[in-house]
Parts: sequence; structure tokens; C-alpha cells
Amino acid sequence: MTTIIHPENAAIEGIGEPCKRRAGVAGKTWRARGLSDRAIAWLFVAPTIALLLAINIFPLIWMIRLSFTSLNLSMSYLPLRFVGLDNFQDILTDEDVWARLQTTAQFVICSVALQVVVGFGLALLINRQFRSHSFWTTIILLPMMLSPAVVGNFWTLLFQPQIGPFNYLVSLFTGLPPSSFSMTGEVALAPWTIVLVDTWMWAPYVMLICLAGLRSIPDYIYEAAEVDRASSWRQFWSITLPMTVPFLMLAVLFRAIENFKMFDMVNLLTSGGPGSTTELVSITLKRAAFEKWRTGYSSALAIILFVTVFGAANIYVKALKRVKQR
Amino acid sequence: MRALNVNKSRLSRVFRRGPWEALAMTLIAGGIIMLVQPFSIDLYSYSFVTILAGTLSFVAVSHFPE
Repeated sequence: MTTIIHPENAAIEGIGEPCKRRAGVAGKTWRARGLSDRAIAWLFVAPTIALLLAINIFPLIWMIRLSFTSLNLSMSYLPLRFVGLDNFQDILTDEDVWARLQTTAQFVICSVALQVVVGFGLALLINRQFRSHSFWTTIILLPMMLSPAVVGNFWTLLFQPQIGPFNYLVSLFTGLPPSSFSMTGEVALAPWTIVLVDTWMWAPYVMLICLAGLRSIPDYIYEAAEVDRASSWRQFWSITLPMTVPFLMLAVLFRAIENFKMFDMVNLLTSGGPGSTTELVSITLKRAAFEKWRTGYSSALAIILFVTVFGAANIYVKALKRVKQR
Repeated sequence: MRALNVNKSRLSRVFRRGPWEALAMTLIAGGIIMLVQPFSIDLYSYSFVTILAGTLSFVAVSHFPE
């Protein structure tokens, strides 16, 4: 918006004066007294950099340092002892941690596969542009917008064997008494419970990415297929699926990375139980750090997980670039 | 001068980003599979070194010319 100032008022408000100063001698004076563009840029960026250094970089460097020590916070009176790579060796020969990593991988594979199937199916439906499709899109996207802590809490209530509506719904279809089974308390059901809740929450995200892929396919390809009398099934296999695969890959990589470090929702739903059936590696890490207080050991485990996620993120960024180039 | 140019072009041909990046990504993916596979604890033990090597080499080769 442009403000027009009357010449008389300009003199009163002293607006004319600085203009003259700036325009005349003062091109230099202004630059000398004021800040350069570079300095102003730094001024704006500095708080973010300071915050990043304080809450990201410094703890990371500190954690790397601690991973080479035998620090145990329950015995913090003991002097800090440098143990070299012992913590890493302990973790990489520990069969329990190995088993937890396998549990994590099983969770990642099952939930990402389900999310891709459900998300892609929903995207195909929403892409049909039926009546009130925007309303249904909003409804489908709702779970994704909730906090994992909220989702964990309310699904815990839904899964309650005595008062939870989920068991009543299952009993309606199967005839089993509602309180005869507990979704979060049984070894056979608990892993599927976390897969189910994670799919419910994140399939909409996969749907969004797939929808972007489906909308990027030009109509003329389908028109050409129609001219060649290709069936809808043939069009799906030869046009829709191959052209959506890069987007699907992106969704798979992103969800796999996110699920690999999943903690909050699983911790609220099952806390890793029953036994250690649903104990993901992030829960093992939390237990080592804040229940057993093995700070050096847990720092080493955190670094292993960090490097794994960082490596996977590199592949993700590469895939993202490939999709952008399309 | 000409020999220098020949060497330079040979180097740039060897250190192209594409194949090296693919190799680094293969290392990372292989390391992740080694980390979570249920068959051999030896593979599990060497997984972190593999992922670390892949990640560091990925960071290095991303500075190579296209």
C-alpha cells in the first residue's frame, strides 16, 4: 500500500529531511552509520543459529563425547572413565538390542505396507472427483493432524476390554465376549494394535502424496489409452501405477524413517509390552537412558540410530530430487 | 599443460557423482538390512560400520561433479 504525504505535512513530520540527507552527502554516511545488508542478514539468522547450536548441535556433540565413556547417572559420583568403543561393541554384540531392532523392522515393514495399500486406495477414490469429495478428504486427513500423544491416549481408551468400543465392535462381528480379549495386553494382538493405530494415523499422509502423483499424470495419456481401447485395468497397470511409483517410493521412505524412530504413540499404547513384544528400539533406548541410567551406553545406541536415520534420510533426499526432476 | 588437462578430464571421468552416489546408497541400504536381519549376528555386528561408511562416503561424493 502506498501512503501519499502532503508536502506541508512532510515538513512537519520531518520526513523530507532524512530523504535529503540520504540522497545527498549521505549515501556514504548512511552506509557508514547503518548496517550492511550482510550484517542485517546475519542479525536475522543469528537467533536461529544460536538456538540450533544450543538445542541441536551442542547436545549432539556432547552425546558423541558421552558415548565413549562409562557414565552411569545412578552412580554419577564415580569419575568419568573413557572406554573407547566398548559401548558400541556391547550394543553390536547384544542379542537383546538385535531382537528389538528386528521388532522395529517388522513394525516398519507391516505398517508401511498397510499404509501404502490403504493410502493409495484412498487416493484413487478421492481422485475420482465425486460429489462432496473435498468434505471426505478433510475427514480422512483429520487423524494425521492429531498429536501422536493424543492418538495414543484415545486409542488406549478405545481398546479397553471392559469399556472400550473397539472390543464391542469386534464382538458384534465375531460373537466373542468383549472382555475376553485385550488388544494391547495379548502377545498375539499387541504388535497388530500398534500397526493398526499407526496405519489409521498415517495412511492419509500417504494418500496425500499419492494424490499429488495421480494429479501429475497428464490427461492426454489416458485419452490415448482410450483411443487404443485399453481397459481400465490395463490403464492402471501401464499408466497409473508406473507414473505414481516415484511418489510411492517417497512416501515409503519417509514413513519408514518416521516409523523407525517411533516412540510416543507406542509408549502410550503398550509401553513395549506385553513382555517385550512391542518394544521398539526407541523404547529400549529410553529404558537404557532413563530407567537403567546407562548414559554412556544409551548415547552410543542413540548414535547408531542417528547414523542409520541420517543414512536413510540421504537416500530419501535423493529420491525427492528425482521426483522433483520429473 | 595438455597433459594436465588430460589428467583432469580422466579424473573427472572417474569421480563422477552418479555411480559413486549409487555405491554409497547401496552401502547404506545394505547396512540397514544387515542391522535388522534376523539371520546372523556377525552381519549385525558389522552393520553400523557399513552404514557409517556409506553415509560418510555419500556426504563426500555429493561434492563430486555431475
